[in-house]
Amino acid sequence: MLILTPEQEKIVRTDGEKAYPNECCGVLIGEIDNAGIKITKHAQAIINAREGSEQYNRFLITPEDMLRAEKTARSMKLDVIGFYHSHPDHPAAPSDYDKEHALPFYSYIIVAVKQGKAEELTSWELTANRADFVPENISTKEDQK
Amino acid sequence: MIKVLIPYALRFATERNAEVEVSGSTVREIINSLVNAHPDIKAHLFADNDTLRDFINLFVDGKNVNSLQGLDTPVADNGEVMIVPAIAGGSGESTLTNDEISRYSRHLLLPEIGVEGQQKLKAAKVLIIGTGGLGAPLALYLSAAGVGTIGLVDFDVVDESNLQRQIIHSTRDVGRPKVASAKDRIKGVNPLVNVIVHNTMLTSQNALDIIGDYDIVADGTDNFQTRYLVNDACVFLGKPNVYGSVFQFEGQSSVFGAKDGPCYRCLYPSPPPPGLVPSCAEGGVMGVLPGIIGTIQAAETIKLIVGGAKPLVGRLLHFDAWRMAFRELKLDKDENCPVCGKNPSIRELIDYEQFCGLKKNQDSEPIETITAIDLKQRLDKGDKIQFIDIREPHERAIVKFPNAKIMPLGQLVRRMDELDTSIDSVFLCKIGQRSILGIRALREAGYKGRLLNLQDGLNAWARNVDTSMPVY
Repeated sequence: MLILTPEQEKIVRTDGEKAYPNECCGVLIGEIDNAGIKITKHAQAIINAREGSEQYNRFLITPEDMLRAEKTARSMKLDVIGFYHSHPDHPAAPSDYDKEHALPFYSYIIVAVKQGKAEELTSWELTANRADFVPENISTKEDQK
Repeated sequence: MIKVLIPYALRFATERNAEVEVSGSTVREIINSLVNAHPDIKAHLFADNDTLRDFINLFVDGKNVNSLQGLDTPVADNGEVMIVPAIAGGSGESTLTNDEISRYSRHLLLPEIGVEGQQKLKAAKVLIIGTGGLGAPLALYLSAAGVGTIGLVDFDVVDESNLQRQIIHSTRDVGRPKVASAKDRIKGVNPLVNVIVHNTMLTSQNALDIIGDYDIVADGTDNFQTRYLVNDACVFLGKPNVYGSVFQFEGQSSVFGAKDGPCYRCLYPSPPPPGLVPSCAEGGVMGVLPGIIGTIQAAETIKLIVGGAKPLVGRLLHFDAWRMAFRELKLDKDENCPVCGKNPSIRELIDYEQFCGLKKNQDSEPIETITAIDLKQRLDKGDKIQFIDIREPHERAIVKFPNAKIMPLGQLVRRMDELDTSIDSVFLCKIGQRSILGIRALREAGYKGRLLNLQDGLNAWARNVDTSMPVY
């Protein structure tokens, strides 16, 4: 289960609409409670580092950006708990490419952006044996600031 | 001991510890001892062939080991190794709908374009500057080809005299903003295209903002100040500039601003003096010519988007429609180019009106002008005025001005004595531009009488005084 505030969800949707027809990407920083529920504290956009002609169906967060995100999270006594990216004119389901480049336990939010408008928003987790992406419930709570 | 920082995703293997202490003197040794202590982590760090997964990066004291000695990078005691995944992904599979597959079938059948090329076209954002003779075929072909986002810049309205070549506009569009008329036509050709209109003149103030949102610029401008502005802005922003220009029966095209290629200023570092090169409005243009050059620009734009082709970079294509001949000229990047050379002297957009000499020079004596309406009033009062028509014979065949002395521009100075210096002279041409050159020439030759320029030329007379006369 991933908890996202309405504001955080809006950040993800707006980022997807702004990047259209390219893909956007960003990191989710937060904490995990004793029941294993991920609580998002910050959704942070990251510049898609793919070269221009590939951005329509690929995104890349460079290790350097990732290092910065990890350090930022640790300085706040939080962790990187997941990522988001958009699928322009494509369903909000992970591709094989997504699976090959994922790690378990992280939340992978995908927002479908159809003709420039953000629509379905889903979250996925990779199973520990790397075999499958399974859908993860998203709870949008007002009080998780 | 060495501290290894574990990302959240891999802490399932380290009893949820964010930091693990292990020993070793190189990255390889440290990772091996980490895997020995926490075997579950191995499958996520290493692929089946025991090489590090390509999205796993290791940082030693803040530096990526890929830029050091890889796994053999030494780690000092008390050093810190951080495991950082590079996060990648994407929608991957075909994003073309069945409608798009049908529409773009003839592109998809070309292996050089195919589904991937068509997706790139769909994702591409192209800015077309000017929706005139060149912009018309550019916009029509790029929208038909499935370029996803097309921006149009123009501040003009459709005029009857545009319809001879600007085939994106129709007779019923006369008087409408060109960008509105062009957008309607694009939507008719391909409703899937996202059209963004910029109903404004491109200036030093807005050029970087407008161009910055696009991947490629196709320049269909008809004047030097905008052409230099577009060139410089494209060089600064690193955007390819697909250039075309036309005059009478001849046209040119090239791709400027590409990485390692020349720019427009490598070819023409500075513009010709104002008035020397007449515009198409004065010199005329064969209607089909911009159709050919604009279509070449559209082809180059599509090739740049799809990739893999040989673009018109470092080459200038010259076309003569009257002789029906193409010639290719080699263009080299100029090391001393003021914008894209090694030591550029121009680092920001400048005042292009000044640069092109269009701003009134304070020192030069102003030319006296008279409006068509004031001229009519003076004639009605019975003032004695001599008229000098400086147009060429083929142009006078379009429309004549009664009782004017016929003195084409090239003969003026030689035949100066035919003029009566005791009365005012009014100089006539089509739009009141070439007549200024005539007045300047006579002044320099020492003519003593008063010289007046009919403001906006015979077209103004036809619009405001004698409406039975055609505007051309």
